Amino acid sequence: MQKLSMEKLDELFRKMSEKQAVYLPVDKENGAKFEKWSEGTKMSQALNTIRSAKDFIFPQTENLVDFKVNGKNIEVADTREECEDFVIFGMKACDARSFGILDKVFLSEPVDTYYKNRREHGVLVTLACTKPSETCFCQTFGINPAEPEGDVSTWIADGEMYFEANTEKGKTFIESISDMLEDCGTEKVDAQKAKINEIMRKLPLNNLKTDAFGGDKLNELFNSPKWAELSESCLGCGTCTFVCPTCQCYDIKDFDCGNGVKRFRCWDSCMYSDFTRMAHGNSRNSQLERFRQRFMHKLVYFPANNDGEFGCVGCGRCLAKCPISMNIVKVMKALEG
Amino acid sequence: MQGRMIEMAKKLLGDGTVNRVIGWKKGEFAYDITPAVFENAEEIDADFVYDDFCGHNLSKYLIKESKKDGKMLVFLKPCDTYSFNQLIKEHRINRENVYIVGIPCEGKASAETIKEKGISGITGISSDGDNFKVNTIYGDETVAKSDVLEERCTVCKSKKHVVYDELIGEDGEVNENSSRFDMVAKLENMTADERYAFWRNELSKCIRCNACRNVCPACSCENCVFDNPNSGVSNKAAVTSFEENMFHIIRAFHVAGRCTDCGECSRVCPQNIPLHLLNRKFIKDINELYGDYQAGEESEGRTPLTTYTKEDCEPSIVNERGCK
Ligand code: SF4
Ligand code: SF4
Ligand code: SF4
Ligand code: SF4
Repeated sequence: MQKLSMEKLDELFRKMSEKQAVYLPVDKENGAKFEKWSEGTKMSQALNTIRSAKDFIFPQTENLVDFKVNGKNIEVADTREECEDFVIFGMKACDARSFGILDKVFLSEPVDTYYKNRREHGVLVTLACTKPSETCFCQTFGINPAEPEGDVSTWIADGEMYFEANTEKGKTFIESISDMLEDCGTEKVDAQKAKINEIMRKLPLNNLKTDAFGGDKLNELFNSPKWAELSESCLGCGTCTFVCPTCQCYDIKDFDCGNGVKRFRCWDSCMYSDFTRMAHGNSRNSQLERFRQRFMHKLVYFPANNDGEFGCVGCGRCLAKCPISMNIVKVMKALEG
Repeated sequence: MQGRMIEMAKKLLGDGTVNRVIGWKKGEFAYDITPAVFENAEEIDADFVYDDFCGHNLSKYLIKESKKDGKMLVFLKPCDTYSFNQLIKEHRINRENVYIVGIPCEGKASAETIKEKGISGITGISSDGDNFKVNTIYGDETVAKSDVLEERCTVCKSKKHVVYDELIGEDGEVNENSSRFDMVAKLENMTADERYAFWRNELSKCIRCNACRNVCPACSCENCVFDNPNSGVSNKAAVTSFEENMFHIIRAFHVAGRCTDCGECSRVCPQNIPLHLLNRKFIKDINELYGDYQAGEESEGRTPLTTYTKEDCEPSIVNERGCK
């Protein structure tokens, strides 16, 4: 383990920025947001960002390809550019795990090369959470905010930042800044981990369990009579899906620009009425069916296809942001009980 | 208040006046309340709640609910009654299928604003009227209710119920001195460039979740143009950064003269964009150009933007007022 005085943080960002773009959570009037570091940028102390870190690897809108029509010829233009190297600094444990979940979707065959390009160029530097909120339930999914995953994990204790590399990428990254770091013992970090674990035990959602869910529970959960009540006041907006670090559905849109077509990929939401519209019509006509899809996907279909891993990391964003305060925790509690 | 509402709901269910009740249901924490339909006394006893966090305007749910069989009891706060009335005017609600009980409101609090004060790990909230005592796993905190009200409640336009079948408590008055146009006036006094920068900054935060539109009682189209791929403007994929802005501009125009300023759009926006300012600009302009008008105050009659009179301002007004 190595450490750095917090007073030298600006210097560290400056040094890191020489080699790559550095993104970190920054306080804005409406909450924290990831922003590129430039001289004077201060790291936010907020627990987490409003938008998740998934924007870095799965942006809300991206241009996939252009088709240019010239008489009878169609020219296909690959609009991709090699992504620049970047670091996401100060990501939390929940968001770090969400990258693993998105990897299962985009990096399994056939590999999504747009995603892969971004993923390969990014280094994830995570930070342990010292003040989790009542809406946090990462521990339900086996995530420990005291030991966040990522290429490098960090902790802030008593005016110092502690670093530990977890991957080859992380080791290379630490080497690139090693002249600023000094070797140290793990006592301070161990004490902090113990403290965080104690806080986690006090959180109101500490006892939320996943036992009632998983790939083998399909029929009983799908047919539960409780969906009607759970979904009755859902607005069918996309807030829960768009703030969610693991929601991964997208739409592909072609725009006619007169002399060809620009093809875009954009986030979509299963909560939207046109999500499953196809040539023959729509297979999910009620909000009940759309609402059920979101939670069945996270709690049943995703684990069925991914060795039991659930499609939620317990970040609590949907708990905080749903206009009607309906969310995965209420769904889980209603369905299991 | 909650006790009297529960009593009334049970009575009206019991004597058959209504067959269901729409109200608010308590959540996991002290503040995460959900609008809900109750069908019997047991459900009401178990979960019905009315407290400082019941900000949700229930009027829009009645578009769907009033088409079902039987009568529904709805509890409406003063500002919610304006939305209800406006929907009656637009023929979107079957009035005879709704029994309205008007309830008083002293302003609703925002849990988000409490959290913005750095309060986290909330395990309970109690109120003594003026202050909240917030219990957290990190220790107890006290916050003044007036510091954590929803924006719309800090500038409440009316404590009067414009439509109801029955009231609990005394009816209030329209607040003629609401300062709700102060910020709009500030924006009007900016230069065009400053104003443009203000809105570009705010609207660039939008994630196009559509919560503002879906919660809005004035947005009651069966199929919004923005959801209709055949409309040519459904901009799920925003090709330029101005497209998101167009969504808001078009929406503001579409609800102009119909928006009652219920404030739900700003309440639900996950990015805390002050959307109400766009709508209030229209309301202020209508007041100035056509005479004072409050959407939702009446359930019938003609409205400034849908009635032609010879005194109406000329289109050139846009140039005269707009391009400072
Ligand atoms: S659950 Fe909440 S956030 Fe999600 S679509 Fe429904 S109302 Fe919107
Ligand atoms: S479902 Fe909610 S809690 Fe789970 S990862 Fe998504 S936003 Fe976070
Ligand atoms: S859910 Fe866990 S990892 Fe995420 S912010 Fe909360 S405590 Fe940290
Ligand atoms: S609620 Fe906010 S973020 Fe969502 S579409 Fe409306 S303005 Fe955008």
